[in-house]
Parts: sequence; structure tokens; C-alpha cells
Amino acid sequence: MTDPYSLTVNGTDHQVVDAWLGESLLYVLRERLGLPGSKAGCEQGECGSCSVIVDGSLECACLILAAAAVGCDITTVEGLQPGRGDFTTVQEAFIAEGAVQCGFCTPGLVVALTDLLARVPHPSDLEVREAISGNLCRCTGYGRILAAAQAAAKAASDE
Amino acid sequence: MTILSPTSIDEAVAALADPAIQVLAGGTDFMVEVNAGHRRPDKVLSLRHIPELRTWEQLPARDDPAHVRLGATVTYTDMLQPDLAQLLPALAHAARTVGSPQIRNAGTIGGNLATASPAGDTLPVLAALEAVVEVASPLGVRDIPVATFITGPKRTALSPGELIVAVRLPLLDGHQEFRKIGVRNAMVIAVASLALAVDTRTRTVRCALGSVGPGPIRATEAEEWLAGTIDWDRPAATTEAPDLAYFGRLVAGAAQPIDDHRGTAAYRRHAIGVLAERAAAQAFGAGSAA
Amino acid sequence: MSDIATTHATKGTIGENASRPDGGPKVRGEFAFSGDLWADGMLWGRTLRSPHPAARIIAIDIAAALRIPGVHAVVTAADLPASVNYGLEWRDQPVFATDVVRYVGEPVAAVAADHPEAARQACEAIDVQYEPQVPLLDPAEAAAAPPIHPDGNVFRQLTIRTGDPSARGPIVVEGAYEVGMQDQAFMGPEAGLAIPADDGGIDLIVSTQWLHNDRLQVAECLGLAPEKVRLSLGGVGGAFGAREDVSLQIHACLLAQRTARPIKIVYSREESFLGHVHRHPARIWMRHSAEADGRLVSFEARILLDGGAYRSSSYHVVANATCFSAGPYKVENALAEGIGVRTNNPPCGAMRGFGAVQVCFAHEAQMDKLAEACGVDPVEIRLRNALATGDRLLTGQVIEGTLPVARVIREAAALPLPPSPEIADPMTRPGGAGRTADAAHVRRGIGFAVGFKNLMYAEGYMDGSAARCRLSDGLATVTCAAAEVGQGFVTLAQQIARTVLGVEDVLLAPADTSIGSAGSSSASRQTWMSGGAVEKACQAVRAALLQHVADRHGIDPAQLTITDGRVTSTDARDSIDLAVADAAPGVVFEEEVEYHHRITHPLDDDGQGDAHVSLVCAAHRAVVDVDPDLGLIRVVQVATAQDVGRALNPLQVLGQIEGGIAQGLGLATMEELTLRNGRILNPSFTDYLIPTALDMPEVLATLVEEPEPGAPFGAKGVGEPPTISSTPAIVAALRAATGKALNRVPVRPQDIALGDGE
Repeated sequence: MTDPYSLTVNGTDHQVVDAWLGESLLYVLRERLGLPGSKAGCEQGECGSCSVIVDGSLECACLILAAAAVGCDITTVEGLQPGRGDFTTVQEAFIAEGAVQCGFCTPGLVVALTDLLARVPHPSDLEVREAISGNLCRCTGYGRILAAAQAAAKAASDE
Repeated sequence: MTILSPTSIDEAVAALADPAIQVLAGGTDFMVEVNAGHRRPDKVLSLRHIPELRTWEQLPARDDPAHVRLGATVTYTDMLQPDLAQLLPALAHAARTVGSPQIRNAGTIGGNLATASPAGDTLPVLAALEAVVEVASPLGVRDIPVATFITGPKRTALSPGELIVAVRLPLLDGHQEFRKIGVRNAMVIAVASLALAVDTRTRTVRCALGSVGPGPIRATEAEEWLAGTIDWDRPAATTEAPDLAYFGRLVAGAAQPIDDHRGTAAYRRHAIGVLAERAAAQAFGAGSAA
Repeated sequence: MSDIATTHATKGTIGENASRPDGGPKVRGEFAFSGDLWADGMLWGRTLRSPHPAARIIAIDIAAALRIPGVHAVVTAADLPASVNYGLEWRDQPVFATDVVRYVGEPVAAVAADHPEAARQACEAIDVQYEPQVPLLDPAEAAAAPPIHPDGNVFRQLTIRTGDPSARGPIVVEGAYEVGMQDQAFMGPEAGLAIPADDGGIDLIVSTQWLHNDRLQVAECLGLAPEKVRLSLGGVGGAFGAREDVSLQIHACLLAQRTARPIKIVYSREESFLGHVHRHPARIWMRHSAEADGRLVSFEARILLDGGAYRSSSYHVVANATCFSAGPYKVENALAEGIGVRTNNPPCGAMRGFGAVQVCFAHEAQMDKLAEACGVDPVEIRLRNALATGDRLLTGQVIEGTLPVARVIREAAALPLPPSPEIADPMTRPGGAGRTADAAHVRRGIGFAVGFKNLMYAEGYMDGSAARCRLSDGLATVTCAAAEVGQGFVTLAQQIARTVLGVEDVLLAPADTSIGSAGSSSASRQTWMSGGAVEKACQAVRAALLQHVADRHGIDPAQLTITDGRVTSTDARDSIDLAVADAAPGVVFEEEVEYHHRITHPLDDDGQGDAHVSLVCAAHRAVVDVDPDLGLIRVVQVATAQDVGRALNPLQVLGQIEGGIAQGLGLATMEELTLRNGRILNPSFTDYLIPTALDMPEVLATLVEEPEPGAPFGAKGVGEPPTISSTPAIVAALRAATGKALNRVPVRPQDIALGDGE
């Protein structure tokens, strides 16, 4: 067991007690902090379903040792804040454009595209494809996800 | 079980006096092993919170030629930033082929070296540029050339208690590039990769190969042959197609590929020759701009 | 894209791009997938699996595992209280291996512990003594080899004979083809939570395609009455056939029974690859003969499918592969022989396309060879042979429904081609991010392919689905056990209820075993079967509502109708005009129905019979850029026209088309489980590659709408066709660009660059 430690997730400090040292941030988020929105799809950083933003940088929570993330500012899909209404522009676009099927990859893609649009407000199709090339989706073939990315970029610039 | 997250290199090096401690940088290799149950750490030294390891600087020529010194936890994404990418274009090419954006944000140059995978994407670039690895221990700092740092597949010259703190890469004048073959168009482990760097000052060509041997391989015979055929006073667009093809064959001959589930030895040898021919064509063939 | 104009004032009815009811929770990370479940006092289950493809088990010692702190139970076959075997269609698969193991990954034991790491260590501490045997790995040897299972080594041998198979046209082409082992590779690994109940039964929340079939198998193995085993659907992270077979269900329930604690099992990605069935690898030989103008005279095929160690759905995959082996083409004289065999390779079963995928790769290569031999354009030769309503299948069955083969061919061929090779960004060339190709190294090819298969189950299977509808003051609640696996059945169920009842508020009750079976979410059947059940239940409620209104007003209910969300009378003198929500205040209408499709029949000794309910087809045209020297590929565009009957939700149809093409592209260019000595060498997303966003092309799609008689709303299932002919279209484009034979998928770089495998 590790000594108790504290993680800052979505602006809130969470105590982690009685954890095994080898636990990933993904495991701690899901099983200890009650934040199962980040998904465990491969635990090798190959699917992107656990994408979170750590100190402003998009990373896979499965590849972060939880105990080493003390002092980091962690944002998960649960922490994305809608400007108004129930959904962020990216989330809204996913629903409207039919980008959701089984939905397992969806939280990771929503986080990845939120990160992209914060850095590149008007990405080209190729920029979107490269930005989400680490987020595997098996249902959609990405077509509606790419459409959602452009719709979200447009909605954000219209606001 | 403990975790140490020092904020300075000195503290980190001091912590390495404990032989049981395992060093964690970007986590992109380390955590794959932990998650799979292949690594069960009792004590971990995390480098995440050491700001000086995440910096890089350009050092002008003095005793040494001009070079760039990259801290060990400089990430692949850092290597893609324009100011660094224009100094080290082949390294930036290689960094862009590493995994996914998420992996590039986390993975580090020091981690790529310490893991020493035969498919490590930056390793051919480091080998071609003859990078030097700075290693610190309680006894002090020593330099290890990349060629001797990597001693085999996933094996390095790093001794217990030593920490990679930086990598120094020379700034060369001349064409540089990196090409990598994978079966998928993104996020893929290299089946074969190649770095080519031209140094017009010393009139040398450096060519290193990845994923076709136990570690990065320098194709020295091919390098010397090509350097000897080039008109160095007018290097661009002076090399004929048959010479480019011959260079490709020499490079293919330097490879030591194996069959595995990612590709066959025969394909790897063929493909590395094609990459070499193409890279040389970019540097010296018709239409090149070296 | 075709939008069906709707006359309904009610929003979200049939034909509209209604939004998914689960879309909101899914985009916010609030949707509970089966792996997200948690219960007080829960333990983690884990499975120990065989490292050998064939071995005798001499002894299993669990003592050391039980001593590990946090471990609560270790179970093996000896702990099963009742049946020791399970299986989707035939109970030939041990829950835990007893005397022998037959494939790498076969479950041998399971543990329950208070932390996943303790469970992992416990599995490592179980000492199993194996005596390895020589495995049977070559499917071509299986039929004649000593049986490796009491049920023998042949799952099914099916011969279809029609006309005079020795008839010959002047043009003859033949070829041998091979399809590698593809995996469904859904994103959400297998997971479930089993909770022991006070009545001695078990509640199991699990991601599956077929709740009721799972329940039956769990009940048999636990020795419980089926009603004591209550399953409900946990959120399903994709399926594609891989969740038809039981995986962790029995293990989790047994551990829950044993420990009297809730048991959660979540497979790792590696275990997922080991723990579910794959698409059958195939070796196929075909010979076609034709008149000089390309019209088919005869067709012969021999199809060998490797079913791996256990039967799963191999029996019916053999049928599909054989029945549809000639493709959607007219041929009077045929002999097609299909066989599925048992080996010590990993078990294979259902995957999207179900046998039709493998043979389509072969018959479409053959059609291209025939086109070349006849000097006819590949599109034209397909038009000349296209099946249509009224024609006969190889099985002698007359096509009674719609099958617009010629139309999907013409519509796909008519879609615009992409601009000439882009040289702007090296990332868009073959090799992608690796930037291996300069512009001069790229060659472009175009390929065309057509495929078809049946909808629903076949050969006399009595298929059905149950649904319940409840209407109260304008709020409809629909209950159906159909598994939502991502395909969007939940959206359709709402659209159907809105259309029939004229209300917008439609709740979907959780899918569970409290109602009758809906059958499996497979075989492109839920839109028809459970859509039909929901329609029928809603119609019954609608009739009851109208009867109620008619009784109150003392008129004939036949005069009442629901239009634009209002109950009105066709007789203007009645002056009835009530919103559905206000038509019967406080009255609850509830109806439960079962829906069945028309009866089908078994195949006879010559493989003849009316075995199939309905057929569906699609055509694909692929444009591919290739780097021939390196064998690297970028698919630039896939254009498709698909027979959909009627598009109930065009946006969802498009999602199925694009997703299915991605899986077809994967099989064409990268996806294969590689085996060595029966062991999967690449059970990870690092090495089992599926397409990324940088691998997927632009997709152009035309939905061909010719309503299917007898189908609810005229709609056909749309999930499978995109996966069937997209693969051969891409490979045809690769052949066109490279001149290589490419008789095997996935096409590997060395196949193009070095001509390997020819």
C-alpha cells in the first residue's frame, strides 16, 4: 500500500488511501474516485478511450502512475464545463452529427477534440484526423466524428 | 511501497542510491508493463516534477561544435515545436511518428533511450547524429555516445544508480530526414525506419536504421560510399539514379532484420533499401535542394 | 442521402434523423458500461487460461493461490454444480477445462479477490500440470485427423448442387483465395457484475448480444431454474458478433454463488482477444465458366473454414458461406461444397457478415478475372449477371422480396470520383505519418465489388422477439430485451413508437430477462424482428386506446385514427379531435406481443430449400493509392450504394455504412490475428491494428430504398452489407494499381512489394 495521497481532479482535491502503488490514474479515477467516464479500452495507450487533460496536455490516464500525478491539474470528461445548457459544443455536435454509436470511445474523443479546438479553433480535416489518430473507434469509421469536429468548430466560432 | 517525486536533478540522483527504486519518466513504456503485470514496482522515482529536465537549450560552437542539449524529459511534442523542429528536423519527423498525440505529449527522449526498443523511433536519428547521452550518478556525470549507450534490444550501458539527464545533438548543415514504415498510416510500431543526415561541413553522410537489428544500425559502408560519390561543392541534384539505387542496396546490406509478427526479414531488408534510396534522392538526387 | 418526407407533426418519427436517447449520457461519460459497475462488498474475478493449444491436464493445485491475502475463492471444473459444458448452439465447450485443453486461452480456473492485482497474483499461483500433446493446427487435415473432441472434427459439411455442374461455357476462370483471422475488436472489453440474490438466484448485469441465450446457459451450468437467473444489459461497448457466445457470464455467476459476494469481471484487452470468437479464417477455391459475353454458365466452389476448438456458430457460418458463395449473380449450374472443421486454433464464430465476407472476397476476385478474360468492364459483367426478384438462389429459393442488385451497382458506379492524387501533404500519401512516399512513388487504382447475404436466421429457425408497450396520458414506455450494442436500436424503438402512437415522449425500459427473448442483436435482424415487435405492441395499444375513445363516444373504433398526434374521426360528424395525451386521462394501456417472421425451411441433401427470410445487397467502389515499392496503402475513397429497404433513420444508416466500411478496410489492409503453434501473437491494440482516423477514406453513400414486402416499415437490416463487399473492392483497386494477384487478405506490404503469397 502507498501512503495516502491527494489528486486534483476537475478542480477538486481527492484523497486516495490504501492504494496499491502500481495503480494507474485510470484505475484510481474509475474505481476509487467514482469517475468512470474515462474508459479502459487497452491499458497500453493505444486506444485513447481514457484521454484526460493533465496540466493542459492530452494524455492517456492508463499510462500515468496515479501516485505520480500528485500536484497535477487533471481534467476528465466529467469535468468539461458547458458554456451554457447541458452540453459543451463538442458534446452537442457529437449528438447532432450522429458521432455516437456504442459510445465507449466517445468520452476520450470528446476530451481529445476539446483539447484540439482549444489550441486550433479552425482545424483542417487533416489536422482533425491527426489529432484523433490516437483515439480508436470501431463503430463509426470516424466519418460522423469528423463531421462533429467541424460542426463544433463552427458552433464555437459562431458564439 | 513508496513514490518519490523530487523537484531537482540532485535529489533524483541522490534517490537512486536505493537499488530497488525504478525510474518513471513519461510512463508510456513503464505503465504498459505495470498494467500487464510484467512490472511490479515497490519504489518509484518519478521525474514528472523536475522542471530542469524538461528544458532544452541551443549551445553555440566553442570547444564543441554548435549543438542542442535536450533535457531527458523533453517530450516528443516538445520536439515538434517549430523552434526546436527547425534545428533538428529529422528528430521532429521521428517524433511525429511516435504513437499518438497522447503518447507524444507524455513520452520523452530519455525514456526512448532507456527503453532501448529496437523500434524506438528517435533512436535512428540519435544514432545518425551521433548524439551523446549525459548520465548522472552520485559519482558525477559521464557522457556516453549513443552508439555505445544501446548495447542490445532493450539493453543499455546505464549502470545501477545512473540517471539519463540530457542528450546532446550536434547542429549540422545539410539535409536531414526520417522515414518510417508501419502497416497503418498512424500510431504504429515501426517495421523499418531510417534517418539520414548530411553534414556539408565535414562532407559526411550519416545513415542509421531502426527496427532492422537489435538496436539502431549505422550503415557506415553505404555512408562512406555515398559521401565519396557526391560533388560536395555542388551537392544538390548531382547524384544519378543508379548511384542512389546502389546506395539503397548497400544500406539494405547493412540491415540485420528478423522475421516477426510485424514483418518479414526479407521485407524489412527490401524496404530499408527503398527508404535509403528515397532519402538519398531527396538529399542529392534530381530536384533535391541540399 | 435520401430524406423521407414525414407527414407527422410528431417529432422523431420513422424516416427522421432522430437523436439517440443514450447520446447525452454517452458524450458526458455518464453512460454506465458493464465495466463501470460497482457494488458494495464486490470482489474482482479473473480467469486462468491455458498456455497450450493441446494438452492433458494432469493436476491442478490451487492451495498457493488460496493463501494469497485478499483471495476469497478459486474455482475449477470440479466446482460446477450442474452442466459442465456450454455453447451458443451446441454445448460442446467446457466452462473450465477438465481433462484436456484444446486451445490457447481456454479457461482452466477462476479466482475472486478483493483487488485486481491480488486476483492476478492468485492466477499466477495456481499450479496446473500439463502434458502437452501435438496440436491439430491445419484445418485441411482436420477432417481426416483423429478426433480432438468427442463430437468429432467436422462441424458441418454442406453441398449445394443445382443444374448440371459439369456444364461449361467457353470462358473459364479459377482461383484459390485465403482470408486471415479477423477480430471484432470492439472497444469495450467484456465485463459483467454478478450479484447473488436472497432467493438463491443470481442477478447478472453484462454486456451481451443475447440476454436470454446467456441466461439459459448460465442456469444450466449453475443448476438453477432459468427464472432464478436474471440478466440485464450493462452498457455494451460494441459487439459485431463477438458477444453472442458466453464469455465471463458463467464464471462470474459461479464465483458469486461460491463467495456470496458480488463479483465483477472486466477483461483486459489481451484477455478479450483470447476470450471471444473470431471471424473464421478461410481457404476457398472457385471456378467460374461463362459465355463469351460474360454471362455465367457454371460455378464451382470449395470452402474450408477453420472453426477452431469449439463449435460456436460454425454450423451456420458454413451454411452462409456456401449458400452465398456465388455472390448476387444468376447461375444455373453449380456445385458448392463448404466444410467447417475443428482444430486446436482459437474458436471462431459470428462476426459481421457471417460467412458472406469470406466468400465475397473470392467471388469478386473471380468476377474481375472473368471480366478480364471476356474483355468486359468489371461493372458491366456484374450487371449482366445481377440477381433480381424472381430469380433463383443457388439453393433453388426464388427471390420473392426486393433485391436491387443492378441498381446498387449502377448507383455506386455513378458516384463522383475523388480528385487526382493529392500531393499537398505527405500525410495523405500511402505510409501516412511515416512519410515514406514522395509524390512520384504513388500509383492509383480503382476497384469494384458487390456482395449480398440474408437477413435474420435461416433454415427453419423459429425466430421471434417480444415487446411490451405501455401508454399512460401520452407517455409511452417500451420494453424489449433487444441488446443495444451501439447500432441504434434504442433510437428506432422510440421512432417506431412515436410513429404508431403519435406521442413524442417514449421511454425505453431497461433491456432484461423480465420480458420474453428478443433474440440476438446479430444477423442484421433487430430492426426487423424487434422493430416489428415494438410496432406490433404499439399497434395493440393504439387499438386499445381507440377502442376506449370509441366506447366513450359510442362510435365504431374503425372510424378513429391517430394523425399528427391527435385522435380524430374519419366521420366529420363525430367532431372528435383529442391529443393522444388527453384522449384517455388516467387510463393505462399495456400490451405485450411476440413477433415472428415467415417460416423458412431446412436445406435438403442437395442444399436446396427455402431457407432464407430476406436478402440484402450492396456495391462498393474503392479508390486506393499505393506505394508499390513499399507495399503501403492509403484508401482514398469508398463509394457505396446499399439496399436498405427503407431508411428509418438515414443518419444512423450512414453511421452503419461508414463503420462497416472501416472494418472491411481493416480486413483488406491490416487486420489479422497471427497464430504460431495455435497461440495468438498479437492480442493487443499495439499489434492487432484497426484503422485510425488517418486510415479512413472519404465515404460516399447512396441509400437505395425499395421497401421490402413483409418487413416492418419496409426496412431491411443495414449493419452487415458495408462489411461484405468493401474488402474485395479495396483489394481489386490494389490489383488494378499494382498488377499483383493478391489472393489473400489482409494484403501485407510484402505481398505487394515482394509478391509474397503468390
